[in-house]
Amino acid sequence: MFLDPQILANGLMLGALYACIAVGFSLVWGVLNVINMMHGSLIILSGYLTFFAWLHLKVNPFLMLLVVSPVLFAFGYALQYGLINRVVSRPVLTTLTLTFGLDMILYNLMNVVFEATPRRIILDLGSLSVGDVVLPNDRLFAMFLALGLTLLLFWVMRSSRAGRAIVAVRMDRDAAALMGIPIRQVYAMTFAIGALMAGACGVLLAITFPVTTNISGLLLGKAFVVCVIGGLGSVPGALVGGLALGLIESYTGTWWGPQTAVLLGFVLMIVLLMTRPTGLLGKAGYE
Amino acid sequence: MKSSVSTIQRPRGQGLVWFVPLAVALALVPIFFNNYYAQQATFVCMYAALALSWNVIGGFTGYPSFSTAAFVGLGAYAGAILQNAGMPMVLAWVAATAVTALFAAVLGYAILRMKGHYFAIGSIAIVESMRLLASSWSSLTGGGEGLNLPIYPGGPDHAGRVFFYAMFVVMIVAAVMSIWLDRSRLGFGLRCVQQNEDAADMVGVNVNASKISAFVLSALFCGTTGAISASWVSYISPPDAFSILMTLKVPVMALLGGAGTVLGPVLGALVFVLVEQTLMSRFLDYSQAMLGLIIVFLIFFLPGGLLGAGVFARISARIARLRGVQA
Amino acid sequence: MSALLRVDGVSRYFGGVAAVSKVSFELTPGEIVGLIGPNGAGKTTLVNLVTGVLRPSAGRVWFEGADVTAQRPWQASRRGLARTFQIVQPFPQMTVLENVAAGALFGGGAASRAEAEDIAMEFLEFVGLTPLAGRSAMSLTLPSRKRLELAKSLAMRPKVLLLDEVNAGLNSAEIGAAIELIRQIAARGVTIMLIEHLMKVVFSLCDRLLVLHHGELIAQGDPRSVAADPAVVKAYLGSKYAAQEQQASAAPAGTAQAPGEQHE
Ligand SMILES: Nc1ncnc2c1ncn2[C@@H]1O[C@H](COP(=O)(O)OP(=O)(O)OP(=O)(O)O)[C@@H](O)[C@H]1O
Ligand SMILES: [Mg+2]
Repeated sequence: MFLDPQILANGLMLGALYACIAVGFSLVWGVLNVINMMHGSLIILSGYLTFFAWLHLKVNPFLMLLVVSPVLFAFGYALQYGLINRVVSRPVLTTLTLTFGLDMILYNLMNVVFEATPRRIILDLGSLSVGDVVLPNDRLFAMFLALGLTLLLFWVMRSSRAGRAIVAVRMDRDAAALMGIPIRQVYAMTFAIGALMAGACGVLLAITFPVTTNISGLLLGKAFVVCVIGGLGSVPGALVGGLALGLIESYTGTWWGPQTAVLLGFVLMIVLLMTRPTGLLGKAGYE
Repeated sequence: MKSSVSTIQRPRGQGLVWFVPLAVALALVPIFFNNYYAQQATFVCMYAALALSWNVIGGFTGYPSFSTAAFVGLGAYAGAILQNAGMPMVLAWVAATAVTALFAAVLGYAILRMKGHYFAIGSIAIVESMRLLASSWSSLTGGGEGLNLPIYPGGPDHAGRVFFYAMFVVMIVAAVMSIWLDRSRLGFGLRCVQQNEDAADMVGVNVNASKISAFVLSALFCGTTGAISASWVSYISPPDAFSILMTLKVPVMALLGGAGTVLGPVLGALVFVLVEQTLMSRFLDYSQAMLGLIIVFLIFFLPGGLLGAGVFARISARIARLRGVQA
Repeated sequence: MSALLRVDGVSRYFGGVAAVSKVSFELTPGEIVGLIGPNGAGKTTLVNLVTGVLRPSAGRVWFEGADVTAQRPWQASRRGLARTFQIVQPFPQMTVLENVAAGALFGGGAASRAEAEDIAMEFLEFVGLTPLAGRSAMSLTLPSRKRLELAKSLAMRPKVLLLDEVNAGLNSAEIGAAIELIRQIAARGVTIMLIEHLMKVVFSLCDRLLVLHHGELIAQGDPRSVAADPAVVKAYLGSKYAAQEQQASAAPAGTAQAPGEQHE
């Protein structure tokens, strides 16, 4: 049963999406020490933008990656620079509550503007069959894009100036400030990248699943779990955590039903929080 | 010399100046007003009890807990199941309180070793896990369908009054507990933990036992409240009992009143419920956004809460000055 | 004869590296013992092992005849084994009085908060902080914070007091006052172990010295002979200088500062 390739394939496709969902959230948490409760809603927001662009303007959803991501980047930058930066050094309770308040506003507005009915893009790209395994092409593309984007982020963090600055701030904020790194901008940039990744995920989500505001909490929950499983604030951690969660849900979901699968994810997370708060990969800087 | 020593301490019992009149006024609401107002007053008492409870772990001890809804939900289910099994209502409430306390002790032992963000996330995850558990364990909890409870006899007006006074008593007990805690050895120890956990340990505070006690105290009345509201509404379901919205609303109320102040959370709950009611009825479609705006406003403009920001202190200083002028 | 505190073959490893290695010593009632050693020698780690902050990887700790190896810090302080932190650890937003009262109430076993405050006032007087009793701990200067730390641990009514570099960062006038204070504490019958880089302080206070180097106890005895011990000189100055030192057979570096002490 472990070897059923269809379950494995489903798990990997789901896992890649989870990794992509979590990686931006993890970056923000790791560098800013802020739990961004808006993350799920940001994903949904970009999902809606993609859907309506497809519906009304006939824009190819994949193309929307290039439109939505910068929009969310700008939105994230403004939000952090204008609002969150002001309270970023206050206790967890404050920052978490603030992002939750912002999330309520965004969520409410989306409900009014887009309505909560699930919306689904239908692309009909066919599917790939390998033996008994059926791989819908849209999901397959989404998986590769999710992995590709995650690796791209990894590369950006490693080799770009901004990326190095973010890593430096994460490792030692005060030292980075002394070296002349503008902390406020780096924070804004970090949050913006987190939002950009959420935006990209939203596009991929819209291609593969129905979009509705109702699942924003669910997506946020996935980001929590993946972060804790893989370890906070690292791209490889998010990748490992995402794939692990995708596989766990795929197998337990097939055996015991989807609710048990989600419950198991949370239980695993709580156990890990208690025993290995640095995650499965152990301590890792943002690399 | 002794007297100068005690003035160094934070002023105590100050909150009683407004709490006692407020409690008396609340107690009179169901006598003089109709059922709608009795219902709102019940909400005020309920949220005041919850916010006071949260304050024990979140304010006194400084642990950002978001497990309020886990305790409320557990209390609701425990009360409902026991009542449906034939236990008298009030006894079921007491039993639900005990069950919740026990659960909090075990849970606290497990999760209070986490700190900061990890603790916050862990405590939210507990609520989600309990909700999922309640939806999947159909044989005990009725699953997603929820559970019905016997409707309280004697008509809605009478029932409304009974449940109001039940919640009122819980609020009073929670307030008395807060006042006691503030003056007690345990409360002092919790403040030490909140300020510097290592130093508290070094100074002889049994940190783990204190934190677990605080967690249990913060859960107790959530359990009672949950059980009472289950009987009140005569129906519970997983998303209502283990509500993520509630788990975040209650800390916001405590922050609004002034986290760590003794009775501030009561004020926070009162203001919150009033604002919520007036705004919600007017902007039905935007109720959540309104709440969000309140939160954002609170964080940027009232960071210490209504009491903590010195608002109250300024007002009392002004009153004192007026009195001085008169004398 | 009867040792108040007995440390028996205690070791502690951090990822394979021994920060403290097979250290044994005893404190007898009424002594002032100095614990010296270069930076990173394991002095703070040793204090942590004795007070239950860290659990030893091997060895035992005995206090008043009882095995206390597995104790937690709060148990140590209730037993009468108090310490100060090298980096002071106040309760920042509490008043100075409340800080000290916490020590009296929890570690010292005062019956009530009122009694704890009375005891606290007494020790604030003793360390000379009475005028600052109502200030928040956060607002104090470094020397005052060090005194607060002292008052806090004294309020626990300790039998043994472990002082981890209480003088670091003080100027020489302040150090003179601190030496006097430590003497008065000892006169109250408290047994003291003093971690110190300043030889001046060590020599004017200590009856006995323990020298730690790379986690090992390399010498112990009366201050003069310890300072003359070639192993100690070598530990402080490196072998090259030690050889020169011996040739010159100069007087022990009694009044000089030990090298590598410029830090807090
Ligand atoms: N928690 C820890 N984890 C890993 N290594 C540690 C830990 N605590 C101490 N060490 C290491 O153990 C060694 C001894 O450190 P310790 O702080 O005890 O030295 P010390 O003698 O107090 O030095 P100083 O004079 O600088 O205060 C050092 O090499 C230090 O890096
Ligand atoms: Mg040290």
